[in-house]
Amino acid sequence: MVLLAAFPVRAQDKFIVVASTTSTEQSGLFDHILPVFRKKTGIRVRVVALGTGQALDLARRGDADVVFVHARSAEEKFLAEGHGVRRFDVMYNDFVLIGPKSDPAKVSGGRDILEGLRKVKAASAPFVSRGDRSGTHIAELELWKLAGMDIAAEKGPWYRDTGQGMGPALNTAAAMNAYILSDRGTWLSFKNRGELSIAVEGDQRLFNQYGIMLVNPLKHPNAKRDLGQAFVDWIISPEGQKAIAAYKIGGEQLFFPNAK
Amino acid sequence: MSEALSTALALLIGLDSKLVEIVLLSLRVSLSAVVIAALLGLPLGAAIAVGRFRGRQAVIVVLNALMGLPPVVVGLLVYLLLSRAGPLGALGILFTPSAMVFAQSILILPIVAALSRQAIEDAWREYEEQLRSLGAGRLSAALTLLWDTRFSLLTTILAGFGRAAAEVGAVMIVGGNIDGVTRVMTTAIALETSKGDLPLALGLGMILIAIVIAVNAAAHLTRELAQRRYG
Amino acid sequence: MSNGAILPLRLADVSFAAGGRTIIDRVSLEIETGPSTIILGANGAGKSVLMRLMHGLLRPSSGRIDWNAPERPGAPRKQAMVFQRPVMLRRSAYANVAYALKIAGIPEPQRGALVREALESVGLSHLARRSARVLSGGEQQRLALARAWALHPEVLFLDEPTASLDPSATREIESVIKAFDAAGTKVVMATHNLGQARRLGDEILFINQGRLVECAPVEQFFSKPQSTQAAAFIKGELPWT
Repeated sequence: MVLLAAFPVRAQDKFIVVASTTSTEQSGLFDHILPVFRKKTGIRVRVVALGTGQALDLARRGDADVVFVHARSAEEKFLAEGHGVRRFDVMYNDFVLIGPKSDPAKVSGGRDILEGLRKVKAASAPFVSRGDRSGTHIAELELWKLAGMDIAAEKGPWYRDTGQGMGPALNTAAAMNAYILSDRGTWLSFKNRGELSIAVEGDQRLFNQYGIMLVNPLKHPNAKRDLGQAFVDWIISPEGQKAIAAYKIGGEQLFFPNAK
Repeated sequence: MSEALSTALALLIGLDSKLVEIVLLSLRVSLSAVVIAALLGLPLGAAIAVGRFRGRQAVIVVLNALMGLPPVVVGLLVYLLLSRAGPLGALGILFTPSAMVFAQSILILPIVAALSRQAIEDAWREYEEQLRSLGAGRLSAALTLLWDTRFSLLTTILAGFGRAAAEVGAVMIVGGNIDGVTRVMTTAIALETSKGDLPLALGLGMILIAIVIAVNAAAHLTRELAQRRYG
Repeated sequence: MSNGAILPLRLADVSFAAGGRTIIDRVSLEIETGPSTIILGANGAGKSVLMRLMHGLLRPSSGRIDWNAPERPGAPRKQAMVFQRPVMLRRSAYANVAYALKIAGIPEPQRGALVREALESVGLSHLARRSARVLSGGEQQRLALARAWALHPEVLFLDEPTASLDPSATREIESVIKAFDAAGTKVVMATHNLGQARRLGDEILFINQGRLVECAPVEQFFSKPQSTQAAAFIKGELPWT
């Protein structure tokens, strides 16, 4: 009871827990759009930022009301298991291959990500992987597969599996002068770049789609159905989509709304 | 780096509101945890120190070992308890400061209990004959010793507070590092550092170090004062 | 109907062993009201253990220890003990004496007068508010006496109370003990100091290697010791045990 006395819960405080990804949070998007939502509805959004895999697991345990991640295959699986109500496209951004100025794999300026990855492996250039079942990690693995490599079997000491979020992984890559696949949003707001810069971008296969789902109240009766639904509705509404598009860093738009 | 440092100092001096919010929350969480740990741990330590029961040595060994509980492990266990899917899920305190207090209380309870047990047992060794001669029973003796060792116990409590204020593993997992709700000094430093955004992290780091130093100074002064005044 | 007096105390064939060693070997004695009793012996003879057996801090391995009337649990103790090194709580001198009264169940309003009387009797009234643990050795031992005396016990055990003190402090302690003796408290004191035994004792119980070797009034013991060990001890020739 000491716990409740020290931190009184205000009954009229409306809030939801949204499980999202570290890259989305670290891009600063939430700081920008959540106050708009709060002003309109009075609902506070509490974002717990984890990797995509962990965020979905959190929701599977019923500890979140809404999930907002970017790994289509994992999201579909989540839906199929009955944990979500329905999936909506929200926005997309893209991934970029970041690399050191010295460019040992000679990929800089390229527009073909698969070719870029092949060259990195051929040169045994240091490469940092998220390794944390995040959307970015899943995308990275799928790209290796598309490029014709079974990275789990064929990797060498040049491939560093760190198990970290996007920010820490970029820190690691900057310290090691390594290549790394990053979402553009985190990269743009990342300040500790060292000698890294964008090596490969613009490939269609680097397209990164974000989706939102309401946690299924039938499976998780404690999930806040109405408040959560309000957030989902707002995010795919013209107003929410406009707020997403308005978020820029250094004049550059990070996320491109594409709800249907 | 020096640019980050000067920005950090500016935040500190200007009492940046975000910074203040984070520091106050950290203090509230860790102080609450230490109060709970003291209320439970001091009597527990006294009872073990003065008591005679089978398995007493084993209890002492386990209690001492629990002082080294890794905070992340405590965080994981408390998360499993408080998760909606877990036994205490109905409390609904996951991802709130209450969960953080809960986890930190568990973390520092062994420290308070084990260290107070040691202090009181040392005192018991000195006082036992005299107290028994006066006719004091075990319960009365335990209470007397709790008061008599009050300065050592205060040092123990300060040690517990220092441990709580400095840990990041437990509060990260059960708090979720939610902006404006469960973001404390340590989790904020972790986040800002991972974003490569150093000024806020540095500012918080300096405050955290200052707090740790202050706590240790307080403990030292307490010992000195007590020795001089009470012997 | 007994008046509740706890004396006489009878020890019958009491032995005490610890760590494989026999420390007290079949001792039988009787402690009666009246004359002050000195437990005399060399270091290591077993005096301290014997004192603790009588006071009740230790239980005998064999034999019986019987008081005339058993102490009621919860009632104030009728016997008190002063140890060689005084053990004081981290409180004022006043509070230390008051603590003993509190343990004995004396209600709060009555404690003040008793504490002041006790401190007065040992000449420590002026140090009542001082923190007890910063007092000198002699002052602390006087405080221990005051604390023991505050309940007006029937028996006062003293285990080598001046062994750690300098001569002037020793004199102060001895005069307090003599005053308590004169006031009617039964004094049972352990010492290895011949002069002190002579100054304070009415009867001598001489202990050597855990056995009660001789028991006699004080003058008779010193002028005509019956046993060779006693004679050797008085002459200062007893080997270390």
